Amino acid sequence: MRGIVLFMVLSVLALLPARSEEVIVGLSQNRVSLTVNYEGSEILIFGAVRREAPLPDDSALDIIVTIEGPPMPAVIWRKARRLGIWVNTESQEVRAAPSFYAVAGTAPLSDILSLDADLTHRISTRLAIFEARGPDPRDAAAFTDALIRIRQGEQLYQELDSTVALQRDTLFNTRVTLPKNIVEGTYTARIFLLRDGAVLDEAETFIDVQKAVLERWLYNMAYDRPALYGLMALGLAVFFGWGASALFRFVRS
Amino acid sequence: MQIYLPIAETSVNAFTLLGVGGGVGVLSGMFGVGGGFLITPLLFFIGVPPAVAVATGVNQVVASSISGVLAHLKRKTVDLRMGTVLLIGGLIGSIIGIWFFNLMQKLGQLDLIVQLSYVLFLGIIGALMLQESLRALRRSKNPHAPRRKLHTHNWVHNLPWKMKFRASGLYISVFPPLLVGVGVGILAAIMGVGGGFILVPAMIYLLGMPTKVVIGTSLFQVTFVAAFTTMMHALTNYSVDVMLAVFLILGGVIGAQIGTRIGLRLKAEQLRILLALLVLAVCAKIALDLLLTPSELYSISIPGRF
Repeated sequence: MRGIVLFMVLSVLALLPARSEEVIVGLSQNRVSLTVNYEGSEILIFGAVRREAPLPDDSALDIIVTIEGPPMPAVIWRKARRLGIWVNTESQEVRAAPSFYAVAGTAPLSDILSLDADLTHRISTRLAIFEARGPDPRDAAAFTDALIRIRQGEQLYQELDSTVALQRDTLFNTRVTLPKNIVEGTYTARIFLLRDGAVLDEAETFIDVQKAVLERWLYNMAYDRPALYGLMALGLAVFFGWGASALFRFVRS
Repeated sequence: MQIYLPIAETSVNAFTLLGVGGGVGVLSGMFGVGGGFLITPLLFFIGVPPAVAVATGVNQVVASSISGVLAHLKRKTVDLRMGTVLLIGGLIGSIIGIWFFNLMQKLGQLDLIVQLSYVLFLGIIGALMLQESLRALRRSKNPHAPRRKLHTHNWVHNLPWKMKFRASGLYISVFPPLLVGVGVGILAAIMGVGGGFILVPAMIYLLGMPTKVVIGTSLFQVTFVAAFTTMMHALTNYSVDVMLAVFLILGGVIGAQIGTRIGLRLKAEQLRILLALLVLAVCAKIALDLLLTPSELYSISIPGRF
């Protein structure tokens, strides 16, 4: 009986090396403010690998960093020619797609990440999107491909292969640029520690993206008190429209 | 310098915005047009979502016509009775237009409807203006050519429910002005324009109003319909962007003052040809976007956003 317990403890300990390397992470900033003149910002993600045991020398250590913006449903439209003009004809719904997604690694993703680990942790861009099940799966894939292609064009989805710098298997850092057209919300940065394509450890940290005070105020007012907001818009129009011509009349006389 | 627009949720260049507002302001000062029919498509071109461009464009119309309507009210060149009938029609039209706008938004066809309306109306207006100014140019060279009669009696004057419009010296049915008002209201809601470019010719040729009250009365109707439509957009689809509006209005009011000065010095007929060509060019650009095979067949829309 005691022998069995000892064996179990030993086998658990044997499995523990998975925990013997841990990732510690920091961000250059965890608040981004979308001010009037916001033009995008660069986030530095850095950290270290902490280990209790000596460095294993039979396999290479890899790091993958992802930053994910608040997921939202999306409708993807496809145009077709009708009566000579291009019209939205078909649409496909995606239940949730990150509004921003950047993935960076120490090497190209396909070299360092196994399909298993990707499926479990949803790391690659494709798997970060919750595709709607259409009647024709191949056609649904074409819509998801389009979503990724369009957002890549707008820098909203970024695949940054080999941009994570890893020094002496311990210190790492990478930079991700948030473009000017991001939406507000909580952005999640995930850092994965991998060996042989399998995830050893994972850390998470958050970036709070918020509209600045004035923009926040205007946005909230537009949605929460639309009547007041509309009257304010009209007030501004009357003030500037009438005020400017009155001013010019005054200057002229 | 980039400006973040809180409702459109995107950044655009501040100088581009001031340029659009100012450039259209110069044109509107020169030609005495509101300019909404140029501002809204120019906003599409710089990447403002159509829903926001339309709602904000109509807010800008209020700013560009308010001082005009006050001046005309002071000079008593507004037919208030006719203006009120047109306005009632305009409010009904605006409600219909907003309903249609929101329906199309839901069906994902709003961009198409807005673009199609622009192609149609800019095409018609541009062609008519070009024809009219070419004719005026010919007439100025040959002053003995026969002039067109302005006021003719037609079927419009034989409809029931007649009403006296003293300031215009008219005794006509209320239906034609009411229907004209409805049409202009629909255009205001869908296209983000004041609709003066439809209203003025309709008042002169269809209703037979004297030219001295046409501009004031049309400004009166346009200002109130635009104000009402701004409120409707703010209340139903939250797409009025105040930040965008302020930049357009600032550019617009300054531009209009400059435009008025230029307009006084230059020859009207030749300028009108230029404006007609500009309108046709904007029309052609939008038409090409619809006709040519787009480089990207897919587009993304996020429910509840623009």
